[in-house]
Amino acid sequence: MKRAQRFWPWLAMLALGLSPAQAQDAGTLVIRNATILTVTNGTIRNGSILIRDGKIAAVGRNVRVPEGATVIDATGQYVMPGIIDCHSHIAVDGGVNEGSVAVSSMVAIEDVLDPTDVDIYRDLAGGVTTANVLHGSANPIGGLNAVIKLRWGADARGLLFEGAPPGIKFALGENPKRSNFTPQPGTPRRYPATRMGVMDVIRQAFTEAREYQKRWAEYRRRVAAGEQNLIPPRRDLKLEPLVEILEGKRLVHAHSYRADEILQLIRLAEEFGFKIATFQHVLEGYKVAKEIAAHGAGASTFSDWWAYKVEAYDAIPYNAALMTQRGVVVSINSDSAEEARHLNQEAAKAMKWGGLSETEALKLVTLNPAKQLGIADRVGSIEVGKDADLVLYDKHPLSVYAVVQKVLIDGHVYFDRAQDIARRAELEKEKKELTEKLQRSGEREQPSRPGGRRPGGPPRTGEGVQEDGEVRP
Amino acid sequence: MKIAHRRRALLAGICALGLLAPLAWTQSRRVYAIRNAKIYTLAGPPIENGTVIVRDGKIAAVGRNVAVPSGAQVINASGLQVYPGLFDSVSLLGLTEIGQVAATVDTTELGDYKPQLLAAVAIHPASEHIPVARANGITHAISAPRGGVISGRASAIHLDGWTVEEMRLEPVVAMVLEWPSLATGSFDFATFTMRRRPFSEVQREYEQKVAELRDWLVRARHYRQALQQGSPAKFERDLKLEALVPVVEGELPVLVLANNERDIRNAIQFCEEEKLKMILGSSAEAWRVKDLLKEKKIPVILRPTQSLPVREDDPYDKPYAAPGELHAAGVKIAFATFNSSDSRTLPYEAAQAVPFGLPWEEALKAITIYPAQMFGLDDRLGTIEMGKIANLVVTDGDPLEITTQFRYVFIQGQPVSTDNRHRQLYEKYRARP
Repeated sequence: MKRAQRFWPWLAMLALGLSPAQAQDAGTLVIRNATILTVTNGTIRNGSILIRDGKIAAVGRNVRVPEGATVIDATGQYVMPGIIDCHSHIAVDGGVNEGSVAVSSMVAIEDVLDPTDVDIYRDLAGGVTTANVLHGSANPIGGLNAVIKLRWGADARGLLFEGAPPGIKFALGENPKRSNFTPQPGTPRRYPATRMGVMDVIRQAFTEAREYQKRWAEYRRRVAAGEQNLIPPRRDLKLEPLVEILEGKRLVHAHSYRADEILQLIRLAEEFGFKIATFQHVLEGYKVAKEIAAHGAGASTFSDWWAYKVEAYDAIPYNAALMTQRGVVVSINSDSAEEARHLNQEAAKAMKWGGLSETEALKLVTLNPAKQLGIADRVGSIEVGKDADLVLYDKHPLSVYAVVQKVLIDGHVYFDRAQDIARRAELEKEKKELTEKLQRSGEREQPSRPGGRRPGGPPRTGEGVQEDGEVRP
Repeated sequence: MKIAHRRRALLAGICALGLLAPLAWTQSRRVYAIRNAKIYTLAGPPIENGTVIVRDGKIAAVGRNVAVPSGAQVINASGLQVYPGLFDSVSLLGLTEIGQVAATVDTTELGDYKPQLLAAVAIHPASEHIPVARANGITHAISAPRGGVISGRASAIHLDGWTVEEMRLEPVVAMVLEWPSLATGSFDFATFTMRRRPFSEVQREYEQKVAELRDWLVRARHYRQALQQGSPAKFERDLKLEALVPVVEGELPVLVLANNERDIRNAIQFCEEEKLKMILGSSAEAWRVKDLLKEKKIPVILRPTQSLPVREDDPYDKPYAAPGELHAAGVKIAFATFNSSDSRTLPYEAAQAVPFGLPWEEALKAITIYPAQMFGLDDRLGTIEMGKIANLVVTDGDPLEITTQFRYVFIQGQPVSTDNRHRQLYEKYRARP
């Protein structure tokens, strides 16, 4: 039974194009004759990109093709940096919410990464190369995140973005209040149930974390002073990540909607001497853009979702543009395996609503999320020395008609549309044979999962209920 | 009063957009001439440097050499394009405001069989969603009730008016039928978990519901006979059966919401047996049944193209490619949002299918004239032709492209404001020192 269930993701992986082995051949690669949208250094027409050992080695109009290099002719195509989705829940096995407690900083997404989740491939095919996989928003302080590269075919460890600063999810407002959720019959309501309580939970936790930090500092001081036979403080896995936040070693990604709660968290963070790395969703960020900019937090928002709950009723599609114009580093994220497939289009909406330039719009899904995640030295633009995470489109990626042709991560082609299409008939045949074999062996065919959701697990894409039954964050 | 308000709102909108100097709209000017535009009539090839004359709410003339009547308000649309207004043919517009606040949601009544219900009764003309949709070129929509098996009757509305009567397009356009599904898995929002039930149990429930549904139709036929044979005074009036009479007569279309292949096939068979006029809605797997749909001449209103594939091993681009496949197979398709706040994204749902095989003009027709044909509104809307209601949009580019701006929106022959809650909040907070 269990085995039969696991069979489908692997079959899907085969059906969808690349086997893990195919992504392994490295070497020297040149993309030629492309329109290159560098994001940091303008647009290069008829340009080439030289890739060596997974890094961008040269970019420009006059790049020599080394002998033996593999050449991708991108005539008529556009190349942009791989899309970075600053809020994702793909590749998670089962639930994303440890919602039974108000502080769940002891749990980690890294422990439940599922490299067989087909949404990895689907989002990759939409040009996403890096994703910030976050815990859910059920608690004021949630679990630890995992920044991944969408290396379809790699194992769980192989997905991790090596060296990415660790982070954590916080959540404010309706979700941690649980005001939109009915508890299971017989279970009591969980504290907090108000925005006062949400902020209290965070303040309590950091008050404890400071004490804990002091105990360890004192212990280390005494050890350093040469004292013998000391008993170390008892480790607290819940408080350790909070100490890391206080020490500036862990990024806080705070799910938030209303302007007032955004401001409250900024003040609380300042009280404890730490910084919020990003406000996530931050749909009323435009109301307190100058305070967000002054604090130095990033803002990672949606393009045009609104009205699915009270705290989303003042959401406006001008949010990204207005915050950008006030000096905030802004990204547009998906929070949805589906939305992630067209983040380039979502970025274009900030040109329509608020008048951002093409480059500013492209930054919303490339360089800016890279800055927010502390990985801008590695990804987010097409520059020499950065990882060769690139997307090739047949048209300008800010057009609704642009289709992803190839996606490279670390210089390897992980998605190739032509190859995907070419293999469909063959894989359909293989699937048929395997299905028949399965039926002959007397086992019942397992039904495919609808929409990439797991049986027994919560929806993959946040946790709000849209009026049409769609799930919204 | 109406005109005065429109004028004020329009001026505010235009000034805010900074698109052109305010025009002197006056109450007496009911005639408009949109000049020098490229006109995509969708009833023939585009007209370069054309003129559309709008008079008393209707399209009075369209063409290259059309005289501008004296007294007409002239809009110089040089460099701009004119299209028929976009039609969100299955929406929740006016029926819901904030998804998670039950007090603002009137989409879903209790009970399984509610044919007497009518969407127009609950449409909230002041919903903030309406001007938001309008600003992106949506000029008319169908609001459809949901839930149960027979959900109620859908209403077509113009997206402008002080009251639902002023928004009136066609109060009854379809009976909504949520086809009982044989799917064994469902998401339980109360406990936030997937529920799986044994097939035998689901099948028993399914068969019972289909039998009940058939029974309603049988009774509606009897009721119709009784109506025809004598005065209604002789028997008790039944509002539910009365609402079903045009359905069993095959006059009123049934909008059947079904998603997976098995459910679609079952629904088609049922509608054929019962001789119902079927429109298939929300059909993620319609592409699996395309030949049958073509054979039975059943049109399809597709769920948002920007969706994930239904099955794990479907090609990654199946939802994008399906509209083109259906079109190629000869099935008439339309796109709709099935939503309210997202209604403005309708053009992108159509656009997403274009690079995956649906011709551009077909995509445009699938949000204008095709849905009008499906609901019998094509004599009034859907193309730019003389005599039709003047629901028009004037754009600075392809209306399916994201960066295109909708410069003017005409509804029932009147230029309407493109101002809305979002622009107001933007202006308010942009002005914050």
